[in-house]
Amino acid sequence: MRIGIASGKGGAGKTMLAASLHSVWPTQHILVDCDVEAPNLHFFAHPHIDQTWTVTLPVPQAVTEACSHCGVCRDICRYGAIAKFGQNIAVFPDLCHGCGGCFAVCQEKALVTGTRELGRIEQGSCGDTAYFSGCTRVGEVMTPPLLRKLLALLPEQTPADVIVDCPPGVSCPAVTVARRVDAMVLVADPTPFGYADFCLAYEAFHALGLPLACVLNRCAMPGNEGGDEKLKTFCQTHGIPVAGEVPFTREAAHALAQGRLLPELSPDWRTRFEQLCANLQRIFGEVQHG
Amino acid sequence: MAELLREIVVISGKGGTGKTSLTCAFAALAKNTLLCDLDVDVPDMHIILKPTPRREEPFMGGNKARIQEELCEGCGSCRDLCQFEAIREQDGHFLVDQALCEGCGVCYSLCPQKAIAFPEALCGHWFISDTRFGPFVHAQLKPGEENSGKLVSLLKKEARALAKSLGATTILCDGSPGTGCPVVSSLAGASLALAVVEPSLSGQHDFQRVAGVCAHFHIPVGVIINRYDLNPEGTEALESLCQKENYPLFGKIPFSGDIPKASQQGLALTELPGPLAGTVETIWQKIVQFQPQAQHILRPMPGKTS
Repeated sequence: MRIGIASGKGGAGKTMLAASLHSVWPTQHILVDCDVEAPNLHFFAHPHIDQTWTVTLPVPQAVTEACSHCGVCRDICRYGAIAKFGQNIAVFPDLCHGCGGCFAVCQEKALVTGTRELGRIEQGSCGDTAYFSGCTRVGEVMTPPLLRKLLALLPEQTPADVIVDCPPGVSCPAVTVARRVDAMVLVADPTPFGYADFCLAYEAFHALGLPLACVLNRCAMPGNEGGDEKLKTFCQTHGIPVAGEVPFTREAAHALAQGRLLPELSPDWRTRFEQLCANLQRIFGEVQHG
Repeated sequence: MAELLREIVVISGKGGTGKTSLTCAFAALAKNTLLCDLDVDVPDMHIILKPTPRREEPFMGGNKARIQEELCEGCGSCRDLCQFEAIREQDGHFLVDQALCEGCGVCYSLCPQKAIAFPEALCGHWFISDTRFGPFVHAQLKPGEENSGKLVSLLKKEARALAKSLGATTILCDGSPGTGCPVVSSLAGASLALAVVEPSLSGQHDFQRVAGVCAHFHIPVGVIINRYDLNPEGTEALESLCQKENYPLFGKIPFSGDIPKASQQGLALTELPGPLAGTVETIWQKIVQFQPQAQHILRPMPGKTS
């Protein structure tokens, strides 16, 4: 089973949960960091990286002398990446989404295939856990193609569970990953902002038909009285099982800031996450990959 | 000389560092300022600003392909052409996954049977509203939709036009986390990127990435360290980084229950009596007085994906 760890709001605790689950997961699993714009799982999981790839997008880069200036490439491009000035065709590879339309329609084969670097992918291991992560190039705007490449590396047929740290939000990066997992854990920050974003995340991921579970993070936060109950009521009303609660403490905040795992802070913390892990396995018990 | 319109965009790299709480607090202090929520994917400023919409517009974000069963002969060329893995075959029928369709229109243009429809999709709504802190331009993308960068650009265009017509001198924008398309669209044309950074390994790492994006566009970066007392070692590291890189450090804010408490009451932090109001006010005065110099704007490009 592939389990995504997502949240509407950024900073709700996705990476904390993914790393903590990795630390207590009782069986063989694979760990994936899909938060490619701001990847942080490595601070907690300390992977040993064996291999790194640069991922590129095939883009039209120039027009050869074969060009008849017919303009069909410009007409099919919906991203403004190809323009025609008088008799000249100009290509702007930075605007390209890689749809391949221009190459498909050019009868003269006049477009040269170039590449744009999207970012890089790393493969390695944390002990006996296989680890994959992606990281966008600074300045690159598109994340879905890098995410598709990253997720395509995962073995389709494997008895191991896959724990996926997802991108935040509910737009294309998050949906690209959500489409390729079997179940989703929504990490909720029970503040008013966190509540609003959790509702949006529920709307987005429920619509995809994914089995959902919730983990409440930073419970009993000083100043946030009433926030936990409001979120739990939402979960109850919408049939989202709550797999566990992670309390707010200064000790935990300090440890996380330094890249330490909560289950390793004390036996109590470990027990809490082992229970949370068991709850998730029970909630998603019947879910299979595919 | 007419005063230039200042555009301040609040960013962070890492999510959840306190961007929105601080943007709302500054909104309460700012004079002659237009407010704008560019975190169109999961916007939250409205929770504090409680806007009264004056104008509401649909956001047509693009088109989506849909295969018309009665015309489809099942040749599969659409699936082969689609670079986004959005078309699959199921029981002899071809289907477009609406969530994965990028709206490139290649299948629609090249289907030999002309069996693919390509209607424009409603991706959300945008608004111009009144708030107790002044006019507010904001939006809501439909959950699961794309084209957030396009919607951000649209909001910025509307905000600039409105600021001009109202004679506002500043546009104050809440941005989104990360470094991708909505962030780059938010930063386009900004006069200051105001980074709210938390003193953690993740916070510093993600801040450095988004600061790299700002360097790419020659946008000066200023820093506020939030919850500085939760990790004093991390705060020291951030302070050295600011000094080394010439990022003006506008101030530090301690962890405080007053931040969620203010949100719970629907108030900006500065509207809640307490010591933080003064801290935030001092920070805002420094931001207002900040005049970027060459060393704040022209900086070497960072490593590509570090």
